[in-house]
Amino acid sequence: MSYIKKPKVIHPQSPRNELGLTVRDYEGGMSTLCAGCGHDSVTGAIVQAAFELNIPPHRFVKMSGIGCSSKTPAYFMSQSHGFNAVHGRMPSVATGANAANAELTFIGVSGDGDTLSIGLGQFCHAIRRNLNMLYIIENNGVYGLTKGQFSASADIGSTAKKGEVNQQTPIDPCRTAISMGAAFVARSFSGDRDQLVPLLKAGIAHNGFSVIDIISPCVTFNDHEGSTKSYEFTREHYHPVIQTDYVPPTQEIKVKYDEGAAMPIVLHDGSQIVLRKVDAEYDPTDRAKVYSYLEHCQVAGEIVTGLLYFDETRPEMHELSNLSDTPLTAIAFDELCPGRATLQKLQEVYR
Amino acid sequence: MSAGPRTNDLTILIANVNGTGSASANTLLMKSLFRMGIPVVGKNYFPSNIQGLPTWYEIRVTEDGYLARSGRVDVVVAMNAETYQKDLDRVVAGGYLIYDSTWPRASMLTRDDITIFGIPFAKMCNENFPTARIRVLMKNVAYVGAVAALLDIDLDIIRDALNRTFASKANLLDANSLAIDLGYNYAKEHFDCPLPFFAKSMDKTRDHIMIDGNTATALGCMYAGATVGAWYPITPSTSVMDAFTALCEHYRKDPKTGKRNFCVIQAEDELSAMGMVLGACWNGARAFTPTSGPGISLMSELLGYGYFAEIPAVLIDVQRCGPSTGMPTRTQQADIMSCAYASHGDTRHVLLFPANPEECFYLAVKAFDLADRLQTPVILMTDLDIGMNDWMCPHLEWDDSYVPDRGKVMGADQLEKIESFHRYLDVDADGIPYRTFPGVHPKGAYFTRGSGHNMYGAYTEDRREYQQVVDRLRLKWETAKEYVPAPAVDYSKKYRVGIISMGSCDGAVREARDRLLESGVGLNYLRVKAFPFNDDVQKFLDAHDRIYVVEQNRDAQLRGLLTLETRVHPEKLVPTLTYDGLPIHAWDVVNAINEDMAAGAAA
Repeated sequence: MSYIKKPKVIHPQSPRNELGLTVRDYEGGMSTLCAGCGHDSVTGAIVQAAFELNIPPHRFVKMSGIGCSSKTPAYFMSQSHGFNAVHGRMPSVATGANAANAELTFIGVSGDGDTLSIGLGQFCHAIRRNLNMLYIIENNGVYGLTKGQFSASADIGSTAKKGEVNQQTPIDPCRTAISMGAAFVARSFSGDRDQLVPLLKAGIAHNGFSVIDIISPCVTFNDHEGSTKSYEFTREHYHPVIQTDYVPPTQEIKVKYDEGAAMPIVLHDGSQIVLRKVDAEYDPTDRAKVYSYLEHCQVAGEIVTGLLYFDETRPEMHELSNLSDTPLTAIAFDELCPGRATLQKLQEVYR
Repeated sequence: MSAGPRTNDLTILIANVNGTGSASANTLLMKSLFRMGIPVVGKNYFPSNIQGLPTWYEIRVTEDGYLARSGRVDVVVAMNAETYQKDLDRVVAGGYLIYDSTWPRASMLTRDDITIFGIPFAKMCNENFPTARIRVLMKNVAYVGAVAALLDIDLDIIRDALNRTFASKANLLDANSLAIDLGYNYAKEHFDCPLPFFAKSMDKTRDHIMIDGNTATALGCMYAGATVGAWYPITPSTSVMDAFTALCEHYRKDPKTGKRNFCVIQAEDELSAMGMVLGACWNGARAFTPTSGPGISLMSELLGYGYFAEIPAVLIDVQRCGPSTGMPTRTQQADIMSCAYASHGDTRHVLLFPANPEECFYLAVKAFDLADRLQTPVILMTDLDIGMNDWMCPHLEWDDSYVPDRGKVMGADQLEKIESFHRYLDVDADGIPYRTFPGVHPKGAYFTRGSGHNMYGAYTEDRREYQQVVDRLRLKWETAKEYVPAPAVDYSKKYRVGIISMGSCDGAVREARDRLLESGVGLNYLRVKAFPFNDDVQKFLDAHDRIYVVEQNRDAQLRGLLTLETRVHPEKLVPTLTYDGLPIHAWDVVNAINEDMAAGAAA
């Protein structure tokens, strides 16, 4: 961690978004993670994405569980409410918070231990409900705070810092999410900010549960030779299968994409995601094919990135539950309480 | 029992097989007595089973309006061959047993101190109804007819009840009416009706209803303005959410759009249900979860979070028999300790103890006010007996001037005026800080965490900063004593001996005091309605030499809590316990107190 506090000075020429805010308005407290931690790069990308989306910081809600990744919501958007829940239970807390007031924008940050071990059940069920939130997994294959145990995302044959070899099958968050019915499934790398920022924006704009699995190396416990989640291994083995551009609602698509290779998708709020295929054969809307392709890549030791699977038609939790368009917290008590006369009348059946 | 005729003081036990549809017949019988103006007590003893295991329904007719079961059985309707011997043994000398005489009864299964009536229910139903299912159902209705004749229950009231129930189903109305007549006429033709004890119309149920505690709790949640309910199905709490959903489907839909002004989420487990409640309350809603003991165990982790991060939440623990899975369909009050201190570390939770469905309604509303006011989880401690049985209660009342107490919440206007907001600062010196809701104002933002934090809400591992926060939480606990409901106290200076009890023991304790007074033993009575205990409890403890603590668990948990949380000398407190899974009755209490007093006199 750095001990030098950044002065809160805003340069007059700093770029401002449509709200007149600068990037600094989207920053948070100082990180206490190790120098070079992949998570800090993700934090930076979140700040940039939120700034570019022109959403007031206090209209975001930051959720997390326990672990290094789950500390990061303290390092971005200090003008947002944050909820650092207990280990693996962030999805349920986010579900309740979202049920109460869905007009806010929910960002959850979790890790591979928090999501794939202790919190696997809640992760799966939040997907089934299609909770409207961006769910980020900062995936480093290791338990950092308890000093280097394998997590459930560690690959077979990957070695721990002290030489132990992992023999258990890894849980792939992307394939898990697809099999649970997730409608927005992406993978990225903390070291690829150009890919990450538009993915984060698209994930926030998507109306439903958006999963982004971000390989985010642990410099202290899992960046050695033999690890399959190190910077070096990830740089050597990852390749984008699809590029993602995010186009806000007000902006027209100006770049002309080649027919067949580009795929503009209009989101519920009028914004668009434009997918450019690196591999012309890849179809991010064919669930079964995506699933088997990812399985094939995992066996081959390749890390494919980009918006891997997408389905804009699936209704999110509030639609599925036929909930009021007004946030439940904004409904007047008079409308919630049926009152004295009704109570008297409804008791007739108990006579 | 004396042989002379007596009215409106008797107990009927109906033994049946689970899944045969006897519940509606039993309710019909009880409701008919209730509509004759006679106070009744209904207890359902059912198995954790969908079909096939034995089940019993007990109806106590009590003109004195007692609320507990009687502890005796005057009439058994034995419809289950499997439990016949057991049911025969239960009848009090001079009582009656009715059985289905379609099949021969083993001659050895008899008693000469009771009267046994055979009625060919199955035969009559086979002759009169076309299908197997309707024959099984109508056998139950037929015994209602027979009991009506034997106890002189008003047939017009039964017919009226059938008309109401089957108003839109003419064929079912006809079948039910016929079945009533079959049983009624057979009894009239073959036996001396009525029996020496019977029902007689009176006027003691006016302005009363028959309602179960889970429904009353759900009503309370709706009236308190709860909008989010998260739950995992568990006996005996399931019907709380069933009732809440049904009520809200009726009263909580936007008339224009048809959309729901409430959100019920069936979670994947109780851990998740608790997380949802905390998330919803943190974001400004009133949210609750109904559960039972095993659910509390799972929720404990997040209950500790709610305590430390100071988030309101309402839990309803409909207690059942523990430990572990225990007996899911039997009652107990055995979660007192686990709820009071649920979760690791120095945690403590506000508990409310309703004694009956009426109090479930009022205390459910109170639970939301307390949770918001104190910014902490509040657990409404009911049990299976209150939750799932129909109790006679005064009409529930509502004051339209009620305004929810949302506690100390800072809105946008207040935030705009202050320089900076700090979540855990004790501004008013009562231990209760101010909170803000997300999305309201940039100045209101704070980071909620279960890890060590200082009074400004920032992460800390500093010993002084940490201790300031936990000491302030302790001060908040003291403040809570001013807000929780005071105990119900019946005190006379004459007596130096008392009873302390809670929840569903109340009916048995009140009846026991009457019986003991008849034998010259007067006792004062305090019923705790909440934890933390306030000064009234301490005063009562101080004013007595010996106090019987009546509760339904093995380990005297309320007594334990009193010894931990008050200055009472433990020797004063005599454990007075039942924990066999059946609701407590007055004689459990009377006998225990008499024995203790006899032992004391002998010593």
